Amino acid sequence: MSTQSTIYLDYASTTPVDPRVASKMMEFLTPEGEFGNPASRSHRFGWKADEAVEESRSHVANLVNCDPREIVWTSGATEADNLAIKGVARFYKTKGNHIITSKIEHKAVLDPCRQLEREGFEVTYLDPDAGGVISPDAVKSAMKDSTILVSIMHINNELGTVNDLEKIGEIVRKNGAFFHVDAAQSTGKVDIDLSRIPVDLMSFSAHKTYGPKGVGALYVRRKPRVRLEALIHGGGHERGMRSGTLATHQIVGMGEAFRIAKVEMEKDHKKVNKFHKKFLDKVKEIDHVYINGDLKNKVPNILNISFNFVEGESLIMGLKDIAVSSGSACTSASLEPSYVLRALGRKDELAHSSIRFSFGRFTSDDDVSNTLDILGNVVHRLRELSPLWEMHLDGIDLDEVEWNMH
Amino acid sequence: MAYSKKVVEKFENTLNNPEAFKVGRFDPKEANVGTGMVGAPACGDVMKLQIKCEPKGNTHVIKDVKFKTYGCGSAIASSSELVEMLIGKTLEEAKAIKNVEIVEALELPPIKIHCSVLAEDSIRQAIEDYEAKQ
Repeated sequence: MSTQSTIYLDYASTTPVDPRVASKMMEFLTPEGEFGNPASRSHRFGWKADEAVEESRSHVANLVNCDPREIVWTSGATEADNLAIKGVARFYKTKGNHIITSKIEHKAVLDPCRQLEREGFEVTYLDPDAGGVISPDAVKSAMKDSTILVSIMHINNELGTVNDLEKIGEIVRKNGAFFHVDAAQSTGKVDIDLSRIPVDLMSFSAHKTYGPKGVGALYVRRKPRVRLEALIHGGGHERGMRSGTLATHQIVGMGEAFRIAKVEMEKDHKKVNKFHKKFLDKVKEIDHVYINGDLKNKVPNILNISFNFVEGESLIMGLKDIAVSSGSACTSASLEPSYVLRALGRKDELAHSSIRFSFGRFTSDDDVSNTLDILGNVVHRLRELSPLWEMHLDGIDLDEVEWNMH
Repeated sequence: MAYSKKVVEKFENTLNNPEAFKVGRFDPKEANVGTGMVGAPACGDVMKLQIKCEPKGNTHVIKDVKFKTYGCGSAIASSSELVEMLIGKTLEEAKAIKNVEIVEALELPPIKIHCSVLAEDSIRQAIEDYEAKQ
């Protein structure tokens, strides 16, 4: 089945590659193109590829205002998170063994932390506030003399909530630890100025910002210098931090995507902001709808909504021509509802009922209007099917019912 | 989620044509109605099944069924499938229905087998409730 008739509202999961990016990537693959190995120093094929890689590095650095020498190419944000967290922890393990992170991080941060726990490190997992934000005070009170690393995401991928990197960074720096930030959802969405904010390591992904999958980068601060133990050895590429032949076409794709992101951030922002407002206004007309995440402190491209008395997966099935994702257990292999929504203290049933809509550069006004029309209708029909809705209309308090658990 | 075509069709048909697929409610206080409700909102699925029966010989026959389900697509499809199996059956025949029949009819993936177990439990409860009233 073609996906062309389906409305795509899952940009926080991945974005299509911008056609301008794809055509640029094509210049670095075929015999007619610059296919050389950027590490080849002895001929022009290598020099040309190296030039393209360095230009791309500048584009990435330019978007976040850092020195290009502070950018290390990786296979994606997951590898960047792994390299930052395990790399710093293992390098500085004689200085301390305590790491602070949060319960709403992406698995690419949580799983490396779990691994470090198995290696003898101690990890504190901070709770977010009810709005899905990590408070700087919570970081402050978790700091110990043995804390070597704090890893807190910039923008949460499920909620779109934004953490205050400046305040958290100041606390971390004052305590002499390193501050890592997963910024996979941030590039092209909000301004990042690394010359100003006290962040030591930052992970980036290409495919959330209209670049290709399979490439990302880690920012590693030079002043004050951060050192890492590499995860991958084999040639000492990227100043020893990440060996392996550089994927020129992927890197060029990321560079071009980030170059465009810088130029078009404002335009992109205006567009999704309009959709966010339109969506919110219309959705509020439906009864018993809850917005997850603090509306005053989030990006407009992500909107996470719980439709009470309706289960998320069935809602997704009802919205069959619309691509969205859910915090429902039924869409996950683990049968657990979203750990992010649970960390907010939401009742499990609201986590089961949640849907994440995310907009982007190629979303049209019609996409949003059509989705809203279908959404109201499907929620209504599923509620007609829901015994919980019926009980609610009968005035029964569902919290008082003794359920027949399975 | 890689559902079989059968689950998707059953789900969509039920959603688009609820009355024909027996979505609704009977008055639970009526003497010839048995109600079963299983599952919990926190677990992501709740199934409510009601049977309307009448005596026939020395047993009772299910004349009509109504249901409502909160849950994933396969939970809704499973309830709908079960409802179709019930009409015209004696209580003994209905008690003998096993969840594997639903699994096979809908080609449920292994991770969704609990949906069919829920359906099987709901019919047991509904019959118990009905029998207690007689």
